[in-house]
Amino acid sequence: MDRARRQFCIRSACGFGALLAVAAIEAQDLKNIAGNERIIAIEAKKFVYTPNEITLKTGEPVVLAFTAIDFMHGFFIPDMKIRADLQPGQVTQVRLTPAQAGEYPFLCDNFCGSGHEEMSGKIIVTD
Amino acid sequence: MMDRRSFMKLTAIGGGAVFMSGLYGHAPAAAAGKTAAPYEDFYFVQLSDVHWGFTGAANPDARNTFRKAVATVNALAVQPDFIIFTGDLTHTTDDPKERRQRMAEFKDIAAGLTVKTVHFIPGEHDASLDNGAAFQENFGPSNYTFEHRGVHFIALDNVSDPGARIGEAQLAWLKNDLDRQANDARIVVFTHRPLFDLVPKWDWATRDGDQALALLAPYRNVTVFYGHIHQEHHHMTGNIAHHAAKSLIFPLPAPGSQEKRTPLPWDPAAPNKGLGWREVEAQAANDYKLAEFPVAGS
Repeated sequence: MDRARRQFCIRSACGFGALLAVAAIEAQDLKNIAGNERIIAIEAKKFVYTPNEITLKTGEPVVLAFTAIDFMHGFFIPDMKIRADLQPGQVTQVRLTPAQAGEYPFLCDNFCGSGHEEMSGKIIVTD
Repeated sequence: MMDRRSFMKLTAIGGGAVFMSGLYGHAPAAAAGKTAAPYEDFYFVQLSDVHWGFTGAANPDARNTFRKAVATVNALAVQPDFIIFTGDLTHTTDDPKERRQRMAEFKDIAAGLTVKTVHFIPGEHDASLDNGAAFQENFGPSNYTFEHRGVHFIALDNVSDPGARIGEAQLAWLKNDLDRQANDARIVVFTHRPLFDLVPKWDWATRDGDQALALLAPYRNVTVFYGHIHQEHHHMTGNIAHHAAKSLIFPLPAPGSQEKRTPLPWDPAAPNKGLGWREVEAQAANDYKLAEFPVAGS
């Protein structure tokens, strides 16, 4: 992914809405998206997720659409018992519908090098 | 000649350098009136998380800390039967050549230990980026067993898979090994990561650790010693005691006590604060007396 495209992804994920987010990743990589699902593009790269803070509403169905740049990073939300391996070269979809407000930390749980311990973020769920 | 127990009592009373943890391994065999397997008193030393090659503000004295610990162990009046390093011998690097260089330097320093029976297991910093290849070249198999004075020791590798899995093949190997043990066998497991979910949000867990614990659960005398979390910690799962060791590089915060598991700040007034190693004295009825020591003698 080139710089311009990466910046576009970041902007999309930061709140320009589902339409831009869909455009930011390869359309053919997104499968079975329901009409009411919001798509959030997330880039995983040593040693950061972009964005690393994601705000959702309770009951809102979302698809987290991950693009791993340089490693098969992991994505794990322990308090939701949701995890995925993020294979480079493809978009990995993670679906969730948060039921309860709160903060849910997530992390890379595939050891990816010096700095792995810093690769984390949180999902903030509001009512 | 002074025996081991007398020596430990003396150092605990007079030296001030010894901290008796007060937490012991489980003793169900004695409680149940069963006959434990024959054993002899002995002790070993656990060293952990050296992270050789680390540079950073968390330990500006990183080039010397391991050497100081080796000197302190060598100064013990009664030497241990053996020494176990529970992983993260080296700090990770993406460069395979540099990884091997760090392992070679680590081995040179470890070779200075007076005790020559030394066992090693990998941590994720040693093994996760190459599935344990460099570790095995330098230290041999990453999972193995050995017997010592009536205790069956099992070294488990939960780091060569970057996803922190023990894996089906190794779990089958563990089951096969355990099938040959009596239910009251004295079993000690060495591993790097905790086998239980200590703090999953900090990656302080083993993804399939519950399967290993299920295999170990029928055995009444199991104790686990591990590293990874850079601090002394004790926990029970069922009748299995789990003891984490301090590191020899930098301490980490108490489990789950803050958002991120960032190293505790280095204190120039107390450069070895929070670092250390331990003695484990195997006693009757599956009791293990733990004594915590600082990096350098006080």
